[in-house]
Amino acid sequence: MLIYILRRLGTGVVLALLVTLITFLLLGTSFEDVARTILGPSATPQTVAGIMSAKGWDRPVLVQYADWLWHALRGDFGVSVYTSLPVAPSVLQRAAVTLSMIIPALLLTAVIAVSLGVWAASRGGVADRIAQGISLLGYLIPGLLLAIALVVLFAVQLKWLPATGFTPITEDPGKWARSIAIPVIVLTIGGVANMAAQVRGRMIDELRRDYVRTLRTRGISSRSIVLGHALRNAGSPALTVMSLEFIQMFGAALIIENVFALPGYGSYAFNASLQGDIPVILGVTVFGVFLVIIVNLITDIANGWLNPKARVR
Amino acid sequence: MTAPDETSTGSTRPGDRVASDAVSTGRVARPSTELLQAVQAAEASERTTVLRRLLRDPQAMTTIVLLLVILILGLLAPIIALHGPNEAQLSMVNAPVGTPGYPLGADESGRDIYSRLLYSVQTAAVSALIGASVALVVGVTAGLIGGYFGRVTQGVTEWLFSLVMTFPGVLMLIVLMPVTKGAYQATMLIFGVLLSPGIYRIVRNLVLGVKNELYVDAARVSGLGDLRILGRHVLFVVRGPIIIAAAFLCGSAIAVQSGLAFLGVGSLQVPSFGAMISSGFRNLYIVPTQFLWPSLSLGIITASLVLLGNALRDVLEGSQPKPAKVGAGQRVLAPEAADGGAYDSRLLDIQDLSIAYPDPNGGLNEVVRGVSLDLDKGQILGLVGESGSGKSQTAFATLGVLPNEAMIVGGSIRFAGRELIGLTDAQMAPLRGKEIAYIPQEPMSNLDPSYRVGSQLVQGVRATLGISQREARERVLALLARVGIADPQRTFDSYPHQISGGMAQRVLIAGAVASRPRLLIADEPTTALDVTVQAEILDLLRDLQAELDMAVLLVTHNFGVVADICDRIAVMQSGRIVETGTVEEIFRDPQHEYTMMLLGSILDENVVRTDAPVDAAGGKS
Amino acid sequence: MTLLDVRDLRVAFPGRGLRAAPVEVLHGVSLDVRAGETVGLVGESGSGKTTIGRAVLGLVPTSGGRIAFEGKDIVGLNARQRRALADQIQVVFQDPYTSLNPSLTIGDILSEPLVVQGASAKDARSRVRVLLDRVGLPANAASRLPREFSGGQRQRIAIARALAPRPKLIVCDEPVSALDLSTQAHVLDLFIDIQKETGVAYLFISHDLSVIRHISHRVAVLYRGDIVENGPASEVTSAPAHPYTQRLLLAAPVADPGEQRRRRAARRALLETQGAMS
Repeated sequence: MLIYILRRLGTGVVLALLVTLITFLLLGTSFEDVARTILGPSATPQTVAGIMSAKGWDRPVLVQYADWLWHALRGDFGVSVYTSLPVAPSVLQRAAVTLSMIIPALLLTAVIAVSLGVWAASRGGVADRIAQGISLLGYLIPGLLLAIALVVLFAVQLKWLPATGFTPITEDPGKWARSIAIPVIVLTIGGVANMAAQVRGRMIDELRRDYVRTLRTRGISSRSIVLGHALRNAGSPALTVMSLEFIQMFGAALIIENVFALPGYGSYAFNASLQGDIPVILGVTVFGVFLVIIVNLITDIANGWLNPKARVR
Repeated sequence: MTAPDETSTGSTRPGDRVASDAVSTGRVARPSTELLQAVQAAEASERTTVLRRLLRDPQAMTTIVLLLVILILGLLAPIIALHGPNEAQLSMVNAPVGTPGYPLGADESGRDIYSRLLYSVQTAAVSALIGASVALVVGVTAGLIGGYFGRVTQGVTEWLFSLVMTFPGVLMLIVLMPVTKGAYQATMLIFGVLLSPGIYRIVRNLVLGVKNELYVDAARVSGLGDLRILGRHVLFVVRGPIIIAAAFLCGSAIAVQSGLAFLGVGSLQVPSFGAMISSGFRNLYIVPTQFLWPSLSLGIITASLVLLGNALRDVLEGSQPKPAKVGAGQRVLAPEAADGGAYDSRLLDIQDLSIAYPDPNGGLNEVVRGVSLDLDKGQILGLVGESGSGKSQTAFATLGVLPNEAMIVGGSIRFAGRELIGLTDAQMAPLRGKEIAYIPQEPMSNLDPSYRVGSQLVQGVRATLGISQREARERVLALLARVGIADPQRTFDSYPHQISGGMAQRVLIAGAVASRPRLLIADEPTTALDVTVQAEILDLLRDLQAELDMAVLLVTHNFGVVADICDRIAVMQSGRIVETGTVEEIFRDPQHEYTMMLLGSILDENVVRTDAPVDAAGGKS
Repeated sequence: MTLLDVRDLRVAFPGRGLRAAPVEVLHGVSLDVRAGETVGLVGESGSGKTTIGRAVLGLVPTSGGRIAFEGKDIVGLNARQRRALADQIQVVFQDPYTSLNPSLTIGDILSEPLVVQGASAKDARSRVRVLLDRVGLPANAASRLPREFSGGQRQRIAIARALAPRPKLIVCDEPVSALDLSTQAHVLDLFIDIQKETGVAYLFISHDLSVIRHISHRVAVLYRGDIVENGPASEVTSAPAHPYTQRLLLAAPVADPGEQRRRRAARRALLETQGAMS
């Protein structure tokens, strides 16, 4: 098991390096444009060249990458081209806002989706139709529209929840909860739509398997079979779905934040990209990659524990 | 943001079960009645061509027509729009709905909303086209290559797509703005690449499944090259899921592009639903309806695409198995007449049992018709028949574990005088394991792969006997030794995939006799085993039967097994019992012509080839 | 005349996991098949009998030894050369439900090997009619799909497909194991009739000794990757010399209660003797 984890970790590190390298290479084509943007209307070929050499952007791209990597491994992600604030702390602070939205949404999604899926698969009939209906509804309305609709309903018309603004949990948990309530609801609805259908499908497949029939003939209770056996076997693919869901939620969050004017990761990345603030862009990407790898690692570990055969690979 | 179903490969076709069960011995089982029914039902639904089914499906047709209409309107925008998409008239800023020349009003810059909507359709269409086609081209090609060719190639493609999946999704689309300059075409191209791993997984799994099919091997032996095999045999299987995925991909692309445009990524000159929603949202307090029009349009388009994808899935992949209430017990057509028939002291008394499956036309197809048999304490009855005779169905009905589709349409099953038909799982539970036990046919698929062997047995023992964990553990270890397993502790700690087929069958036998049942129902317990192992298992069963004085209902198609272990025989054909008798009677003097035919089909032990090999020169006729 | 000559064949499969050692499944087996005869290959699971068949067919790479067909080595052939063998060596597989592509008509399935070898559509069609008649299926079967046929009928179709290019050798991999008793006998007789008529040779693989006995001229017994006995069918299947074959013979139950009791006793005695000797 330990070797399995270490192998996965190693793979993750290599992938992270490759992703940052590719991103760097891609962005490297636009250094000149960024220089021009910084200077604004007063840009001349000389001043542009001047800025580029001042920032070291005229060196070969691979050298620049190595330099950046060298600093990054020490935790130094440089400073913003525009604000001169250090990148790393800003990235983390913004990420915290977004994650404080995503993590509750993910947990809620998992609980609701699994319950719904198991309920539908083990009851059939009306329960199944309700679950399928809920799934479908969640699919039909894009997150963006749902966010706007809910803001209009709850914040503008009913005035129950704030339309914009964010309060950190450390400041006031109550206000924090209210400030992220609608975004979390939106994310959860989309997540449940996807996951519940998956869980339901897997559970139905599992419950039709031979070993379930044999367990029934031993007198083992239905509850034990559904929750202890079928769910455990269906759990592995469901976990994979959950990790994909996390990454999708992250993407959705970036956009939804805008609707609620939350000072999160999305707007930070967007502004930086608009202005061509390379150090910030890189910092933002690294964090994103880091997140993906951690989530995948956790999923792989959980899968390895749940499914003994998977550990062989 | 919707995404195609990445982790499943589509419906599990009924035929897959036969193939997957052959894992432990490489031997293919004869099809069961249940399987034959499922295959029949599935194939009946496929009898009409795909196109016809598509045309008949209201959900599919409505969404296709709707989307086509919207698309055509968008394409005709230069003709039917009233203004250019960026034509701004200061005098028309925030004009209300119904203003002449501005049927849906004008936005904050004085641009006609109606015209912008039409042009936005174009943007959406292009986004969908680029995003979906890039994802499909990259994913399908890589999936075909990675799935079909050897391990090395697959390793490479796996790595490549792991890499793509490590990019943090939508964030990349924002982050690469300095490179793409926000142009939505470039952004959609990148998005297509980011979506391709999902398609790759689906295609690769499908190809891997087909690659190992025997008909692909046969094609290779017939001399077909790889390319022709891919085109002729493999591509066909991939077709359906790809079409379904395409619908969902289009929806995703449009939704994401709208989201990015909402944020402000990209040129303000490009009309899109996202940009319109953004400006409408900003004006929410001034003119609330402004954001309504683009939202509705976007909503209708994405909803239609999702519904189309679902409809395509139903049409192309057939109906999925429906869930049924767990623990409800078997379906019974009519409530039982209370105690119809004389009360009998026999252990198992089946009277006039009839079981049916729903047929594709809505009627019922009887697979067991009026079967009667009985068993007394300590007797071994062999229930013999060919595939589809209904022998296993009879056994399942006694245990109460018929599949959900099956329905008992008549008759009664009495165990020690108690009627079993109509009981729920909870009511059957005290009997199962303790009084009536079951040994299945295929050992590997009847053990839960996630649990160690020992813990599964312990769970069963505790459920029936209610003893402590430690006591149960000792009992199980003793049992494993009793059934002839050399190292009980080791097997106890193993997972099912770590033990052989023969050992797994011994484990299942141990699980069945753990609570000293009165009746043992063995469903072809040795069919999936090697003949030497079979002989040992038959010895074991004979010993256990004598020791525990169990009645045994042995379902089999093998007359040798019957001759070895049974006292009495009942012969089944097409759901009916055609002859019963003692073993001596049936073998020596069969009465029914079907029995005679079966016995006559047994290969004679003394016949060998007496003709010499034909040395036809070249062997060609 | 020796058609197929397998000499010291070794096959190993890659081990599971990244650096696991390869697992050898066949440890240097040798057998031969002469024109027009049936060589039965009998063994249990894990014996490697299917692997030999697949190696002869070129579906599995070998790691040692030689397979010669009509004197020429066929192991080291490239893809094109291998394809040229398609009209010499054919196959009938075990599973009638997955050895026919469910989406192709019978006519398409049967004409596939012919068209690949360059036959015209017209020639292929007439040959298909002849083949269907030969295996006892109606001519209208050509336009129908596999799902409309029973297991036994599908095996007949598979046999027809194997016969289409007029091969000299057909590898039969457990072709009757998935069939009902009554159908088994008919299909076996069909195999024998075809052999008498066309002079085709069979490498007939099965786990069932009685099936092997019924159809083979000579029999080879395979145990855990080694051939332990080889000889005329009458000898090997009724008075075998090797202890494993003896066990195999006595383990198969016979369909007569009295006879089976005697066999059981003989088996018990044999196991005791063999146990005492080891």
